[in-house]
Amino acid sequence: MTAIARSRALPSSLRLTMSYLVLTVGAVIILIPFIWMVSTSLKPPTELFIYPPRLFPTVIRWQNYLEAPSASFIPLRLAVWNSLLFAIPVAFFDVLSSAIVAFGFARLRFRGSNVLFFIVLSTMMLPPQVTMIPLFILFSRLGWVNTYLPLVVQALFGWNYAIFLLRQFFASIPEELDNAARIDGCGWGGIFLRIHLPLAKAALGIVAILSFTGSWSEYLRPLIYLKNPLLWPLALALQTFQGGKTNRWEYLMVMSILLTIPPLVLFFVAQRRYIQGIVISGVKG
Amino acid sequence: MQKVQESLLERGAGRTGQASKRIGVARRTKRQQQEERIGWLFVSPFVIGFVLFTVGPMLVSFVLSFTDASMLKPAVFVGLENYTTLFSTDEIRSLFWRTLYNTSYYVLISVPLGMALGFGMAILLNQKLRGQGIYRTLFYLPSIIPPVAVSLLWVWIFHQEFGLLNAALRVVGIDGPAWLTSTTWAKPALILVSLWGAGGGLLVFLAGLQGVSTDLYDAAKVDGAGAWSRFWRVTIPMMSPTLFFVLVTSIISSFQVFVTALIMTNGGPANATLMYVLYLYRLAFVQFRMGPASALAWAYFVIIMGFAGLLFATGRAWVYYESDLLGGKKQ
Repeated sequence: MTAIARSRALPSSLRLTMSYLVLTVGAVIILIPFIWMVSTSLKPPTELFIYPPRLFPTVIRWQNYLEAPSASFIPLRLAVWNSLLFAIPVAFFDVLSSAIVAFGFARLRFRGSNVLFFIVLSTMMLPPQVTMIPLFILFSRLGWVNTYLPLVVQALFGWNYAIFLLRQFFASIPEELDNAARIDGCGWGGIFLRIHLPLAKAALGIVAILSFTGSWSEYLRPLIYLKNPLLWPLALALQTFQGGKTNRWEYLMVMSILLTIPPLVLFFVAQRRYIQGIVISGVKG
Repeated sequence: MQKVQESLLERGAGRTGQASKRIGVARRTKRQQQEERIGWLFVSPFVIGFVLFTVGPMLVSFVLSFTDASMLKPAVFVGLENYTTLFSTDEIRSLFWRTLYNTSYYVLISVPLGMALGFGMAILLNQKLRGQGIYRTLFYLPSIIPPVAVSLLWVWIFHQEFGLLNAALRVVGIDGPAWLTSTTWAKPALILVSLWGAGGGLLVFLAGLQGVSTDLYDAAKVDGAGAWSRFWRVTIPMMSPTLFFVLVTSIISSFQVFVTALIMTNGGPANATLMYVLYLYRLAFVQFRMGPASALAWAYFVIIMGFAGLLFATGRAWVYYESDLLGGKKQ
């Protein structure tokens, strides 16, 4: 009992101070690579290869941000456009199709719905690489290589994470609202469109953001399907710098920062709900 | 997740209740039939997509795995040859065992370490701290950066002479290795990058910890339990579903490591970082040997499902379920 009393007596202020200390050290370790990224992007070439390296540049060279995009083999504007060209339709269709499917699971009673929902959950554990080869053969037979269709078409059929997330959300909407709408003459479609979709705006927004950032960052499928570099999204176009063997790390970091800005902004805009979305689905989009 | 199960139960109970109680059977059944049809209509996009893009392709890839399919000529049936070649220990014929070793090494170190870091930080954060939200955001920040940018950044950090890491090591008198071109250090380097992104798990852990009822801690305190035993007797059992959930999803997702291995080392040096999916990518989309690649993909599926099955089987022994089905989502 005395031992316990002592351990409890350990001043909680000391414990808090220790916690702050450990957390702050952790946060600094996490942040240093970011600082290095930004500082490299602002360094003149002469400060890049000095020994020992400096964390902060002595001269700040903003011109890097103007020069890097034009030094790229694929013009920055084209690469950004390419990214948007498939990321926006994918986000749109992901939201739409997943909301429809999620509503079916949340509200309608039909035989097999439990089994089917279990299948939705199981597909989350299935690595996409397992179906990658036959899908490539299929899409290339259809003549879809060098188009964005292979990247977009699957979004028409629902995204498992989003179905799960939205199903949870729809299920939390009180059924009294459905009944009220039914009395007003709404069918299932009306209940979905007039009650559930408007109430789920925030959740739909999060699905759109997670889907968009996922496509924006995606690497493997664009690499497989887009053989023509002029079609490459920014995430892929970044490669051409490294391939240049120019050792222009300041330019490479500028481009990496430009690639990071959209997901970062979206994260901060919707931070609270973004985190909720990740916690509910348990994984990042 | 709790809600899923509850509503599943409700629904099951509701159905039997309806069957026995309803009197206006005919009308009811008609309405039910209609609801059933409309229900299937709503979920049909998923059903069609599942058949078209999951079941179909898996069957096709199973068939392909017994052929010498390539993109150039018609496929010929070769029996088990792809599999016997794949499992050959001769590295000129197949790098399967090498990639399996590399990937397991990566998964078995990065997942436990990443989880321990994430859980530890989450426990420290789960106190009455000022700036909790700021710390949480900072820890999650690396997970937002696109993997390509992460990889390029770390190539530069790992630079032997001018990189940040070796500069830091020099301060404490260590002469850092040539991380990415050393057969010894390339794998640990990739693990280090994955640990930088361990904040994703932290979010889930923190949410789980915040869901543990304070009554339990109070009760334990009244019974005279110290901080240490409260941690082992309350926190760990209550968090075990969340820990289990994160364990399963992290193993599956880190088994898929691809972008870092491709961009940072391209599988080198001397195949030291040739990961499973990178090998799959090379066979299928660089060499266009779709037959052997399909065999590799199926082996991958079996390995992942085997891992998951093993975890679920052992999970029964150590995961404490208060009421929920799979994860520890209390909301």
